[in-house]
Amino acid sequence: MNTAGAALVLMAGGYAAGACLAVLAPSQRAARFFTAVGATVGCVGGLIAAAIVLASGQPVEASFPNLVAAAGGMVIGLDRLGALFLALVAAVGFLAAVYGVSYTAEYENRSSLRLFGLMFNGFLLGMSLVTCAANIFTFLFAWELMAVTSYFLVITDSEDADTRQAGLWYAAMTHFGLVLLLPMFLLMAPAAGATTFADLRAWTPTLPTATRDAVFVLAFFAFGSKAGMVPLHVWLPRAHPAAPSHVSALMSGVMIKLGIYGLVRVMFDLMSGGPAWWGGLLLAVGCVSALLGVLYALMEHDLKRLLAYHSVENIGIILIGLGAGSILHGAGLRALATIGVAGALFHTLNHACFKGLLFLGAGSVVQQTHTRNMEEMGGLIKTMPQTALCFLVGSAAIAALPPLNGFASEWLIFQSLLAGPYIPRLEIAVGFPIAVGMLALTSGLAAACFVKAFGISFLAMPRSDHAAHARECHWSMRAMMMVLAGGCVVLGLAAPIVIRGLSRVIDSVPLWAGEALPPSPRLWLMVPNGSAQVSPLLMAVLLTAIGLIALLAIQVRGLRIRPTDTWGCGRISQTPRMEYTASAFAEPLRRVFAELYRPTEDLSISVHPESRYFIQSITYTSHVVPWLEKAFYDPVTRGAQALATQVRRMQAGSVHLYLLYVVAALLVALASAWWFR
Amino acid sequence: MLLFSKIWKAGIATEVLQVGDPAAVEIGRALEQRIKKLLGRALAIREVDAGSCNGCELEINGLTSPIYDMERFGMHFVASPRHADLLLVTGPVTRNMEIPLRRTYEAMPAPKFVVAVGDCAKTCGVFKGSYAVVGPVDRIIPVDVSIAGCPPEPSDILRGILEAVDRSAEKRGQSITVAAGPVPSR
Amino acid sequence: MIHYVMIFVQTFVAVALAPALVGFIRWMKARLQGRRGAAPWQPYLELWKLLGKEAVVSHTASWLFHVSPFVVFGTSVVVASLVPLVAAPADPLIIGDLFAVVYLLLLGTFFLALAGLDTGSPFGGMGASREMTVVALTEPTVAMSIVALALSAGSTNFGQIIDRTIAEPSMALGPGHLLAFAALFIVTLAETGRLPVDNPATHLELTMIHEAMVLEYSGPYLALLEWGAALKLLVFLALAANLFIPWGIAVTLSPLALAIGLVSFIAKLAILAIAVAVLETRVAKLRLFRVPELLSASFVLALIAVMSTFLAR
Repeated sequence: MNTAGAALVLMAGGYAAGACLAVLAPSQRAARFFTAVGATVGCVGGLIAAAIVLASGQPVEASFPNLVAAAGGMVIGLDRLGALFLALVAAVGFLAAVYGVSYTAEYENRSSLRLFGLMFNGFLLGMSLVTCAANIFTFLFAWELMAVTSYFLVITDSEDADTRQAGLWYAAMTHFGLVLLLPMFLLMAPAAGATTFADLRAWTPTLPTATRDAVFVLAFFAFGSKAGMVPLHVWLPRAHPAAPSHVSALMSGVMIKLGIYGLVRVMFDLMSGGPAWWGGLLLAVGCVSALLGVLYALMEHDLKRLLAYHSVENIGIILIGLGAGSILHGAGLRALATIGVAGALFHTLNHACFKGLLFLGAGSVVQQTHTRNMEEMGGLIKTMPQTALCFLVGSAAIAALPPLNGFASEWLIFQSLLAGPYIPRLEIAVGFPIAVGMLALTSGLAAACFVKAFGISFLAMPRSDHAAHARECHWSMRAMMMVLAGGCVVLGLAAPIVIRGLSRVIDSVPLWAGEALPPSPRLWLMVPNGSAQVSPLLMAVLLTAIGLIALLAIQVRGLRIRPTDTWGCGRISQTPRMEYTASAFAEPLRRVFAELYRPTEDLSISVHPESRYFIQSITYTSHVVPWLEKAFYDPVTRGAQALATQVRRMQAGSVHLYLLYVVAALLVALASAWWFR
Repeated sequence: MLLFSKIWKAGIATEVLQVGDPAAVEIGRALEQRIKKLLGRALAIREVDAGSCNGCELEINGLTSPIYDMERFGMHFVASPRHADLLLVTGPVTRNMEIPLRRTYEAMPAPKFVVAVGDCAKTCGVFKGSYAVVGPVDRIIPVDVSIAGCPPEPSDILRGILEAVDRSAEKRGQSITVAAGPVPSR
Repeated sequence: MIHYVMIFVQTFVAVALAPALVGFIRWMKARLQGRRGAAPWQPYLELWKLLGKEAVVSHTASWLFHVSPFVVFGTSVVVASLVPLVAAPADPLIIGDLFAVVYLLLLGTFFLALAGLDTGSPFGGMGASREMTVVALTEPTVAMSIVALALSAGSTNFGQIIDRTIAEPSMALGPGHLLAFAALFIVTLAETGRLPVDNPATHLELTMIHEAMVLEYSGPYLALLEWGAALKLLVFLALAANLFIPWGIAVTLSPLALAIGLVSFIAKLAILAIAVAVLETRVAKLRLFRVPELLSASFVLALIAVMSTFLAR
């Protein structure tokens, strides 16, 4: 067994050990540590395996035909594409596990940390297995393992009714995806005995077009619901805030990327691409997801729900890149297609990095202020300076500001969209400039949203007692956040080098092989025909240099600083109630997009009992209900409940009726056996 | 288009600054030479109404009109005391405006100076002794120049400010004021 | 080597000229209002004065307040070095294209908005909220104008866009170009805070967008912010001028070409500045909730520009 294989064994062993040790831990406190120990060992194993495969390009293969032989046994195959996602799982998993040691301290009285440790390690194992699964059974087993363990992780705080409801939504949506995955794999498999991915890859070109389209649609909806694209995203804003923050970081940063992994694997690897409308669907749904995600994020003042909606937005951006790449590839513009796909994969990496960072930051803020509501925070930049700095780096990265990593990946996706006019078919090419407009609007709104998120939560004065008494979190939590913040900066400055690595990953997929990006100069991100270039590193250097020169010039001239009170038109004192609120910040945008939001407003004024001219209090409530849920999901849930009520009539409670059912079923079975003999 | 044809026909309406009544301007404390040099050619003014009847405000408003045009001397009004060098105060300081006036002064970055405009700002004017009035402006904040009048002429206000920063005699030897005389008709 | 010097000199010229541009617009507006007004070099005197004053900082402000002016100024200068001013940029040294310019300006606005929120003053919060709304709504228009330009030139590199327009003068009068120019001009007014979107000379906080965010700044910080804002105006006007009417820009580095480039640059800036001043005299400021209507109109113009360029290929 070579090193990579040994690393994979270490990985599985680490997770298994972590799970067992956590369950057998003598105390809640010990459970926390054992969870992290097992998880970190497993993650290190996963990282080593992924690094070896990424560097060498030699896939690791292993098969265990005797494990569940009736379903085809378990087959492990880690190629470059899977290794990329495995590296993601392992890296973010490691950081989340270490973060979780101090973070889960507050759950000691509320939940069983032994169960948590078991499920956490199971979750990491499931995610890692998805990336190295190489046959149908292994993939589905890993997928379901991931789903079940994450359900238990989401409802860790099961005393809260909202959390239980969120868990229900999550379980329902993820099993909806599973229900779609089963027929998809059935359609793709040639025969009962040949269910490895290699078999599927060989068989799918022979399928008729209608079947291939059906497979694509099933894959799109199944993996799309896991990824969190509109309209199947409704579980995201419920489940991610409910879960503990490092679990949210894993779910948002890594698990939804596995939906992208599944989509890439099925659509581009196993099915070897398809007609233009596949890419067009990806592009359209990506645009809509990006825009709707950020629009609903703007209206949130629950910090973690805001971040969850931003995950929807970023998945939309990744889908835009994949869709553009797919269409360009179909039109023969293979070099430009690689830019789009490289941008999408790079954005996957980047999103894991900055979303993980933002969720960990939100976790430490929530831990200290005991609230998720932004309107009760404030002033945290002074009491939690390192968390604030890390959160600021994450906010700037997700708003795609140069020279950080978000800018580099969005730049690449923009450049691939600009290749639209080269597509011969006009009706497809027209969609590309519209996608550019929508992507630009999305990134502008994302910047606005994060000014709100960071500004209201961290700046100015504390709006509640808890925020005023917040302290910096444990050093292990801070260290993990700093690693991720450093990752955002490094991925941004070293973007050209990362893209070169990603192009090798893209090259490993047979569909895209042979069109590796030409080696670009180390410092520049370039489009293949040399039509555009950008250098994040040089921009950063210039920016720093000019800032330092300006600072020097001012110091030489003489800078005197005098601290005083904030200018408030001469009013007597300043209280936190005078600061801007999150709802007020988003209000102009709420008015602009009022047709979409249709906010409900309620104004109640209570007057003094003696005279109606003296007002005692005014209460203003405004609520934004996502119309998609009102228009689509509510009727569906109501219909399902009505149907279930009807079916319940069959359970009349009478033994005679049940015996009648048994006899009737027996008769039907005998009749059909005779008919189909 | 009607607007632009009117603009063309009206031309420049700015008049040369009159000398007016020299006694109206009283320089209480002369500014340091380096401050005069710093603020002489680019002066940002913040105006505070500390309870005035708005008569002085109307005259100060006239300063920005085309006739008096204080911008040609490099002065302009600003929206925040943080941006200002000069605090222009009118009105007898009422009880309610005492603290805001002091805070406005404290909010200004150094170097700064204060000009009290009108009889009320100098001596409480007609409101002297009222229960609602605290006292003249120099009771609250240090005043450098006082301009008497109820209300004072805009040209007096302008000259007062210019004399505080030593610009009444232009460097090139050309005086920017003329002796009092009949105003040339347009 | 000569290219490095050229970029440095160009940036220096831009940084030096920016206050004069703002001063010229103010002088023009004063003359249109029938007054003498301050000389066009007044902003230099104001900047010098501001550098000599102390900086008053609020107790509630954090390190972000001190850093933001440098970020705003820095991004404006970097953008000025990327944009073609006197000479068209040479290939090997380009560190950014149109998208880089847009996002660098967004970086500056991001930090300025955060600084507005930092002091806890409601004016700053209001300015930040409005500024981010306007910026978010101008992003698609800017992107579509870029697409319109890049479609005909085949690239988002400034050098190539300019070369293409010089090579085909008839394209400059095409509907795509003209509409994209109109859209970009409206975006310029919105992003640099000029009428009818924002009044740079207002004192009423409820009508402020950009000014509200800088109400707390004083002294050298304010000087940096004002200079950065002036540079932003210069960059936008230079983009409008040089991308759509590039004749006169130096394509070679001979002294004659550079001299013509400098003169034509100043002339184009002056014409656009007069246009801005005349427009500011003519129109009144729009109510805040009408600004999105103006911005959607500019987006539609940009969209039509893209479509017409598309169909003309």
